[in-house]
Amino acid sequence: MVSDEITKMVVLADSSPILPSELALRAYELSTDAVVKETCFGLIVTGSEKAVNETIEELRKLDPSGIFVKDRGFPPGDSRRCRAVRGGGARPGFHQLEKESAILPSISYGLETIDDPVDAKERKTRDKLKIDRLIEIIEEQSKEDVNG
Amino acid sequence: MAKILIFPSNSLILSDLVARFGHEPLTLMRVIRRKITEVGIDSPPINVTPEDPKRGLKYAAVDVPSGVRGRMALLDPLIEEAEAAIIVHEADYSFGCMGCARTNELVKYIVRNKDIPRLELAYPTNDDEAREFVQKIRDFCESLTHKAEVPA
Repeated sequence: MVSDEITKMVVLADSSPILPSELALRAYELSTDAVVKETCFGLIVTGSEKAVNETIEELRKLDPSGIFVKDRGFPPGDSRRCRAVRGGGARPGFHQLEKESAILPSISYGLETIDDPVDAKERKTRDKLKIDRLIEIIEEQSKEDVNG
Repeated sequence: MAKILIFPSNSLILSDLVARFGHEPLTLMRVIRRKITEVGIDSPPINVTPEDPKRGLKYAAVDVPSGVRGRMALLDPLIEEAEAAIIVHEADYSFGCMGCARTNELVKYIVRNKDIPRLELAYPTNDDEAREFVQKIRDFCESLTHKAEVPA
């Protein structure tokens, strides 16, 4: 007989405006039967399949293209994997996660712009506020304040 | 919904994208979960059942290193169930010992010889490649959905 408990990892892309703590708070608000563990990369959610899937479905709404989910074999804190018990060092699977996390912002960008490649080029240039433009805004604002 | 074998079989990106586009990713994590939670199976490393060596021997001869046969025993249920496959090349993290390397080669070889729809692509290195990567996976998943809808 196999346990009906499943575990899933929720991983945030670096480009996502959401923090793991916000994800955890949202998961607590949902009050499902799933157990949630906050980690540096996001969350580990464990519980019955129904509860875990419900929780993840709701969490995804916070940032559909910046939240990635995968199954995990071991439950959180399992002594065969938990580095607190194994004397430190990287958890097995950490390097794989680290490597894939590095390209998650690109995948997230790909998901956002998949249907509109023309718009994608414009987004790329307008996404970040240039420092020169920020200085201009500050100067304009301070002039207005002085004159006003 | 098709069962899609992903390779590397523990990939976060592939399992997420396949599930996102409406199919079931066949991942190694599910096999591992069964191995560690099934009542009656001992803890690693003594959780090898009599069935496991038989599964490994389906793919590799007895004189092939046990590391390859052991890995193939875990991957066997995924290969058996696969209705389609997505293989990603140049995954740095799948680098490992000769057991890993030969198993990776063997899995790709078996999947290529299996008569199932297959998509092979490389890991993206920038935004534009990532968009193309996502697009190809979405198109592949949609083609499987349409295929399933067409009556035989």
